[in-house]
Amino acid sequence: MAALTKAEMAEKLFEELGLNKREAKEVVELFFEEVRASLEVNEQVKLSGFGNFDLRDKSQRPGRNPKTGEEIPISARRVVTFRPGQKLKAKVEAYAGPRS
Amino acid sequence: MTKSELIERIASVQPQLSAKDVELAVKLMLEQMAEVLAEGDRIEIRGFGSFSLHYRPPRLGRNPKTGESVELSGKYVPHFKPGKDLKDRVNLGLINEPAAEDE
Repeated sequence: MAALTKAEMAEKLFEELGLNKREAKEVVELFFEEVRASLEVNEQVKLSGFGNFDLRDKSQRPGRNPKTGEEIPISARRVVTFRPGQKLKAKVEAYAGPRS
Repeated sequence: MTKSELIERIASVQPQLSAKDVELAVKLMLEQMAEVLAEGDRIEIRGFGSFSLHYRPPRLGRNPKTGESVELSGKYVPHFKPGKDLKDRVNLGLINEPAAEDE
């Protein structure tokens, strides 16, 4: 199967909740936008059963241009990390691997 | 932000939907995402990021109580890779913060 996208998520809301197609699309869009907006202001997102989106501040560190070998500092940055919740981990652990 | 706060925030900008509908929608979306991963498929949300499974090979572990070594079988764990838009916005959030700590 191809990857799950917003379009399929909206389709599911339309089929199973009876939202109209425009509403379904908007809710899916808002779902991800609200998570982004929260992370943007350095606010952790905790979705129980699924997982947490955390933020980590990294200080500047030395780096290198892999092509030229030239030394350039990698600037301080903030990154998002995802920590899957127990329920999601348990669900996924049971996956037996690609069926061939 | 918790799941219930997320539901409130979506409901507040989507007044034509009841809070109950938004709650059901959020739960359904998370369920669908978990199910897709449990089947070994990926999730790709443009501008947000992608979820996939990473394989952890079998290893020898230890029972912390008895110190006995136990064979742990290989398993899959969920992995999230932030998309460019999310990465940029989060990083801009840092840049735009009033410079509190100058270490």
